Amino acid sequence: MSQLLERRKPVYTATGSHAPDTSAAVSVHDLTVAYREQPVLWDVDLTIPSGTLTAIIGPNGAGKSTLLKSILGLIPVAAGTIDLFGKPAKDQRKLVGYVPQRGSVDWNFPTSALDVVTMGTYGQLGWIRRPGKQEREKALHCLEQVGMDAAADRQISQLSGGQQQRVFLARALVQDARIYFMDEPFVGVDAATERAIITLLQTLRDSGKTVVCVHHDLDSAPDYFDHAVLLNVRLMASGPMSDVFTAENLAKTYGGSLNVINLMQRLANNSQTEERDARRPA
Amino acid sequence: MPGVLHDLLFDYTLRNVALGSALLGIVSGVLGSFAVLRRQGLLGDTLSHAALPGICIAFILTGSRTPLVLLIGAGIAGWLGTLLLLRIVQDTKLSEDAALGIILSTFFGIGVVMLSLIQRTNNANQAGLDKYLFGQAAALVERNVITFALLGGPTLLLVLLLYKEFKLLSFDPEFAASLGFPARKLNVLLTSLVVVAVMIGLQTVGVVLMAAMIIGPGAAARQWTDRLSHMLVLAALFGAASGLTGAVSSVLDTALPTGPMIIMALTVIVAISILFAPRHGLVPEQLRIRRHRRTMFAGAGGD
Repeated sequence: MSQLLERRKPVYTATGSHAPDTSAAVSVHDLTVAYREQPVLWDVDLTIPSGTLTAIIGPNGAGKSTLLKSILGLIPVAAGTIDLFGKPAKDQRKLVGYVPQRGSVDWNFPTSALDVVTMGTYGQLGWIRRPGKQEREKALHCLEQVGMDAAADRQISQLSGGQQQRVFLARALVQDARIYFMDEPFVGVDAATERAIITLLQTLRDSGKTVVCVHHDLDSAPDYFDHAVLLNVRLMASGPMSDVFTAENLAKTYGGSLNVINLMQRLANNSQTEERDARRPA
Repeated sequence: MPGVLHDLLFDYTLRNVALGSALLGIVSGVLGSFAVLRRQGLLGDTLSHAALPGICIAFILTGSRTPLVLLIGAGIAGWLGTLLLLRIVQDTKLSEDAALGIILSTFFGIGVVMLSLIQRTNNANQAGLDKYLFGQAAALVERNVITFALLGGPTLLLVLLLYKEFKLLSFDPEFAASLGFPARKLNVLLTSLVVVAVMIGLQTVGVVLMAAMIIGPGAAARQWTDRLSHMLVLAALFGAASGLTGAVSSVLDTALPTGPMIIMALTVIVAISILFAPRHGLVPEQLRIRRHRRTMFAGAGGD
């Protein structure tokens, strides 16, 4: 039944121009995506090594979410190939977990937290088959992992923003994927949830999974992530965080806008920032 | 009253009217619930208005007033309207409500023009075509009820089979697509099933009142439950109850038109649901707020 979900003909085919790199979780070649003639991503080439915790960083309109969605096959691409673990992304759906932006759904939908998490099993179930006891137990276990098992039966509109984000995270966990894509998982969540999420992501990474997040907070990026993709329509830099998170690359990515100049100053006065952080009440 | 109950079972006319109206209520309640949740409340309205030119074209082409022929015409026109709608939303910057408005008024305008052109011809057969504007539930006969069952049965069966897929599509279409489900095709399928509900409704409540049949049962059911499966069952029950009430009331007083009476009954159910449903109703909510305020003041007074 599950084979039905896979396209009969793969849309992306590995071309002869590059040998598929199996150690790479994601390899994107010459990717161009356009909305109504306007390029959103232009000729992007990048590799994300397996087992990293990667941040996709860039200003508004840089195409961060678009990159994620094209890797996931949610939007049509104008040109380019996308491979996951050495095979066309279209054929690797079973290996992928996805956490969309929290604001992309209607939280008044008549369903419970446990029910939303159970939706993560729908791909493995395939057409028509309904989730049973086994799937619900798996879902409950994943809710436990994000500290939400007590709210399993609660209607989702009664959850706080942070709790909703945890539910989305649990839904991705239940997919039991090899690579997770998350669109701004830290937006609008409380500090406790932010800490819980990053701890969980690091645990996932340490157990060999690959995690790729669209992330907009430059302050926390170098602390949270070990790998970075700097994007502004074109790829600006990509590599280990310590190599690419430099004032020069950031200026290139953000085009010298104000907050980056601030950030560069802050990077320069690192010690002062740390002092200020220390004084900030927890 | 016992006489009515007896007639409901044994009177040929009333039984058909009641059965047909109840079937309409069930199908439109279930499909309408999805439309309500997907914020496509106007969808039923648009589709039913879009169906009018289809009815006219079917009549012009075949010269027949056979309901099935006209309904197929209506279904095709409604379906074309749907595809056009999805196309506009996908390819232009117009929002869905604007696209719905455009299709509704354009198709309905064409339909009304065609209807008056047909009425001007001396074709004796055309009499009654305008009944599709407000429906004519009281004229439902066994043949109609069988047609409804043939249309509605497979529709409900599909919803039952694809319940999980439709639920996921309605809540989070992007996640559905990321799992490999063909979200766009499922979307077309679900919308096409609403077209079927509209086809059943055209003869009963008509083009103009059909929107209420799509939105009403789902909107009322949502007030009573926070679970989709319960909501669908409740919406079917509310739709069926409205259909039966309308049919019975038109028999008790033959001056009352059946279609509008169905909508009136539905309106009462919707009003009660919005006001008094335990968790989401306005009255219980006000009572909770008042009680909460009193305990807060009591607590403050104790200090």
